[in-house]
Amino acid sequence: MATSDTVKRLCRIALQLRADVVEMIGVGKAGHLGGSLSLAEIVAALYFHKMRFDPKHVTDPDRDRFLLSKGHAVLIQYAALIEHGVIPRAELKQVKTLGGLLQGHPDMVKTPGMEAVTGSLGQGLSIGVGMALALRLDGRPSRVYVIMGDGELSEGQIWEAAMAARRFHVDNLTGIVDRNRVQATGPTKDVFDIPDIERKWEACGWHVITVNGHDVAQVLEALDAAERVKGRPAVIVADTVKGKGISFAEHNAAFHNGIMTEEQYRQAMAELDARRAELARA
Amino acid sequence: MAPVKNLREAYGQALVALGKQDRHVVALEADLGKSTRSILFQGEFPDRYFEMGIAEQNMASTAAGLALAGKIPFMHSFAVFVSGRTYDQLRNSICIPGLSVRICGSSCGLSDFGDGKTHQALEDVAIMRALPGMTVLCPADSIEVAKMMQCVLEWKGPVYLRINRNDLPFVCPENEPYRIGKVWRLRDGSDAAVFASGVMVSKALEAAEVLAKGGISVRVLNVSTIKPIDREAVVAFADGVRAIVTAEEHNLVGGMGSSVVEALRGVRHAPVEFVGVQDSFGQSAENYEILLQHFGLTAAAVADAVRRLLQAA
Repeated sequence: MATSDTVKRLCRIALQLRADVVEMIGVGKAGHLGGSLSLAEIVAALYFHKMRFDPKHVTDPDRDRFLLSKGHAVLIQYAALIEHGVIPRAELKQVKTLGGLLQGHPDMVKTPGMEAVTGSLGQGLSIGVGMALALRLDGRPSRVYVIMGDGELSEGQIWEAAMAARRFHVDNLTGIVDRNRVQATGPTKDVFDIPDIERKWEACGWHVITVNGHDVAQVLEALDAAERVKGRPAVIVADTVKGKGISFAEHNAAFHNGIMTEEQYRQAMAELDARRAELARA
Repeated sequence: MAPVKNLREAYGQALVALGKQDRHVVALEADLGKSTRSILFQGEFPDRYFEMGIAEQNMASTAAGLALAGKIPFMHSFAVFVSGRTYDQLRNSICIPGLSVRICGSSCGLSDFGDGKTHQALEDVAIMRALPGMTVLCPADSIEVAKMMQCVLEWKGPVYLRINRNDLPFVCPENEPYRIGKVWRLRDGSDAAVFASGVMVSKALEAAEVLAKGGISVRVLNVSTIKPIDREAVVAFADGVRAIVTAEEHNLVGGMGSSVVEALRGVRHAPVEFVGVQDSFGQSAENYEILLQHFGLTAAAVADAVRRLLQAA
């Protein structure tokens, strides 16, 4: 059970990650704001509490693996790696530039701390299953975390991987579905509705846990519960809000990969500051 | 022990040998293990064999994950599926990070003669060649399969192996040291050069024999490493002849012939003719030989191409 101090600390970190993402996108440039912000608490919980992760030894073979199958949300992972000092803070202003380290999607060739190349949607869970099998063969204690989008679940390969994970009794992997209910061109229920997400995972043989993905205590509890599942894989379906924490971006498909005006940028930072002050008082 | 003549059997045996050499070798299969012969590896190393079901895309990205965590994965299916069905996974999960995944495209070309066009791979070399960093190999006989596999174990980056389904005549010298990336001269000659790969190597040697009787001297080259092509060797072997012919069991577009001509860019060379499949899909047939004849992949076709070029010269 996580202490309330831990929860508070992770809430603060999640806010900082959000601010980093807003700073990375900046003014007048397109960036995947919505799907990055919906993951802030989950990423904070993993990178700053749950995962076996030493920022000084990011290639330690016994580390836990973090895979962002929904690779377009990589800004939130960059934020975590910047806060850990794995990526220099100066890179924050160089996202998606020719000379920078930070590509538009996860690229292990260019960026320290990245575990794979993802972004062509649907491939991350398969990569994670492969890693989990290799880690198990070598008897390593590592766990693999794979974050998928709910829109991404329309990729057939996800379900191929889901069936394979059960087939091989993979229990050193936790899947996380960021169910923010909005995809690139609109609400998932309008664009490509996928009913009964939990039952689909269950039918594939997975243990399913549903949580509020912005409630840090719930997220931590679910991550622990998933780890206790033996003999089969576990998935956390996290209900989240796309663009969470910035009023004009919440639930808004326009900020899937939107552009902020100067005014919107200032408003975003002000809202995050206000929330930070609120947390400090609590 | 004399080597088997069958290429996929030789492949399966070589894979087992690699498994014994290195405990990190693992194999992935998409329900064609009896055919690709990866089943031999399963028999020896059940813990390191992953039957992924009929789900090639997942197999490819899973292989990437295994490689990222220190394994040397060999993934298997028919050439047509493992190059086409998985293209995006090979590109993004494997080739962009340059992972050392070995992709076995079995039953390549027309060698699965009965199953017809859906199961015959005549575009796989073009597809695989276009991927940055991909090594593309096509052994001519089972001797070469065994030698190639030994080199593949140490080779860095992704490798595509194009494996014929059938028995092919022995054409490669048994006791010569081997390496990936070389063009092998199997016969010397001065009038024409024939660059061949896979099943067409033995056909080219037959053609050279026939042409020799008519006083035409032909050099036969085995281009078993199609990419990276040994440009210097191609230029050297193309030098001094009056005709250059390429012969492959593949579409004329983007195959080994294209890679030979790309290698000759910027140098003066003799006229080139391609023997290959004329931009079409395959079809079913009673046996391999009559299907090869149907598509003009014969010793006679190679000999005709040489004669035509020499007459025009």
